[in-house]
Amino acid sequence: MSTFLGMPAAPPRSPYGTGNLRGDRKFPKAAHDELRNEQLRRNLGRATRTIRTKRLGVTGELPDWEQLRDAGSAIKTDTMNRLPELLEQLEQKVTEHGGTVHWARDGAEANEIVARLIRATGSSDVIKVKSMATQEIGLNEHLESIGITPYETDLAELIVQLADDKPSHILVPAIHRNRDEIRQIFLDEIPGVDPDLDNVPAHLAAAARVHLREKFMTTKVAVSGANFGIAETGTLSVVESEGNGRMCLTLPDTLITVMGIEKVLPRYQDLEVFLQLLPRSSTGERMNPYTSMWTGVTPGDGPQDFHLVLLDNGRTAALADTIGREALNCIRCSACLNVCPVYERTGGHAYGSTYPGPIGAVLTPQLAGMDAAKDDPNSSLPYASSLCGACFDACPVKIDIPSMLVELRHQHTEQSGTTAEKLAMKAAAGVMKRPKLFTAAQKGAALGRIAGGPSGTISHLPAPLSGWSDSRDTAAPPKQTFRAWLASAEGAATMSAAAEEGARRTADDHKEDR
Amino acid sequence: MTTTARDTVLGRVRDALALAPVPTATVPRGYRTGRTLPDDERLALLTHRLVDYKAKVYPCTGDRTAEVIAEIMRERGARRIGVPDGLDEQWLGAYDGEVQRDSADIPAPSLDALDGVVTASAVSCAETGTIFLDGSPDQGRRALSLVPDLHVCVVDLSSVVAGVPEAVARLVPERPTTLISGPSATSDIELERVEGVHGPRNLVVVIRTDA
Ligand code: SF4
Repeated sequence: MSTFLGMPAAPPRSPYGTGNLRGDRKFPKAAHDELRNEQLRRNLGRATRTIRTKRLGVTGELPDWEQLRDAGSAIKTDTMNRLPELLEQLEQKVTEHGGTVHWARDGAEANEIVARLIRATGSSDVIKVKSMATQEIGLNEHLESIGITPYETDLAELIVQLADDKPSHILVPAIHRNRDEIRQIFLDEIPGVDPDLDNVPAHLAAAARVHLREKFMTTKVAVSGANFGIAETGTLSVVESEGNGRMCLTLPDTLITVMGIEKVLPRYQDLEVFLQLLPRSSTGERMNPYTSMWTGVTPGDGPQDFHLVLLDNGRTAALADTIGREALNCIRCSACLNVCPVYERTGGHAYGSTYPGPIGAVLTPQLAGMDAAKDDPNSSLPYASSLCGACFDACPVKIDIPSMLVELRHQHTEQSGTTAEKLAMKAAAGVMKRPKLFTAAQKGAALGRIAGGPSGTISHLPAPLSGWSDSRDTAAPPKQTFRAWLASAEGAATMSAAAEEGARRTADDHKEDR
Repeated sequence: MTTTARDTVLGRVRDALALAPVPTATVPRGYRTGRTLPDDERLALLTHRLVDYKAKVYPCTGDRTAEVIAEIMRERGARRIGVPDGLDEQWLGAYDGEVQRDSADIPAPSLDALDGVVTASAVSCAETGTIFLDGSPDQGRRALSLVPDLHVCVVDLSSVVAGVPEAVARLVPERPTTLISGPSATSDIELERVEGVHGPRNLVVVIRTDA
């Protein structure tokens, strides 16, 4: 018998996720097209400004906001560390309370499970609560392909679905549409809608109410996502505004909930943190109008058949990345989208994934890889940022998105040998060409923290400056915020040179594209 | 034996944690918990928040509950209302319309024909203007407070707490729990707030100041 002295082999890495986690074009190209959409820019600009202001108001109201963020961040880190035991506990509790738990390795498997469960009910219709997880795995498309009709019941998701469009924001998916467009979509797509319907939002909402009420009352099976799943008690939770969630969670006989494995929380008490962090960060409200919490099945109240589908789909791949696993802490509040100068100009479609904006730029490559497809569009996502740091400041669970973007850029150049600088220039050009807007969106993130390192010089500068740093060391701006540095003569000169070069390269690239 | 998806996913999670171990995190709970506020402050705060959400608020003493409920129904022309089976009968003493006591046999879609519903509540959080229903006999099944367009909710001031942690601490996790903060609302069309798409468009809160 010999004693094992060697290094144990590293465990295998998980496969990447499948589904709507990759666009068909790289970010710069997609963004360039979206930038031409004036309507989108106006709507988005207004929406993000409004939500930003509201959010600052209600977070400023809480004297313990920072302590709540610290707690939220630590609870999530603790959750990830104990994920196996927490998932097993959640499964046990849900089962004890009359629910059934299913596990899905990837999107295709989850889709099959959901389809099988729907078929078992004999229904060919299903009502749906807005859910990122089911969008990620393309559940609607799968159900349609096998003859099951999914009805989105969130007003915005309904608009997107009727228009055969894609959501452009996590929270307000139809924000790129205006009232006239929505009116026309309803007239064209809702059977029996009053032809005299005008474009007043209240009237449009009323038309949707009538249309969907019939679906709520007659459909026997519903599919939802989950904002939280409590391991200690088996309680699931959906946070919403309209009441369509309550309808779907309460009226049908069968409820199927698809939840990413990262959404588990250890204790019921943890809700006291997240019920404060989520609504205030998300819509800028003290509390969203409705939150539903249920544990398995309750006799005489709500669906008597409950299924929970626990979804991996690349989450374990992200978990195995020392830096990237932090992206799994995301509670999908969309605060980072609303403060991002790049997102504000390009909108969500440019990112090509279910998860847009700053968090999408780090989460998508973690879940689905950056080199998993030919000339992978995801490889451009880490460059879809100005690294201004506003997303980090806004994030209720303190996810350090800028550092992760820098790390992903580094990983990408290591893997592919692509020059980061070229990609960076292209990605940032749209924003850099409008330095005023860019400056206005800065929120004092210290560039030194991101790129300076202990030596006090920057050898690996993030975009758009990496063209300089690749060939020379730049003195890090010590104790100066990025914003302050940007406002200095040196900063201004460097940025405008970068912008000019970026613009020139973009123009050249488009010549190539044509 | 084939590997189940369960074993595969749990195995992947364990492998991932071994590949990227992160130091154990202890959760700092330095945020505010266990807060108390005097009655008048809780009443004022809750009322302010509810009005902010465009809910209607009627503070009253407990002995006037029936009168206030009847008045609300009269004002809104509610001739036929639903109530949970365990609702205090005296609260309906002054109402002269038709009352349907709820039971699990009544098909949920038929609740759509009711003009309104009256329920009690489990806990309320003043700071956020949130009312918690937990399916107790005086609150009923979830569909009852959801389908009709008018929800009159009775809140005892003694069940109103200052903040979210104090409210969560009072809940029974296994009960189906609904948090209500104002009537149903959407801002999906050009970010313009519209009251009500699917849930009750009217929320009326009767706060019993001595109960
Ligand atoms: S990364 Fe943070 S700010 Fe962005 S959506 Fe997730 S939780 Fe919200």
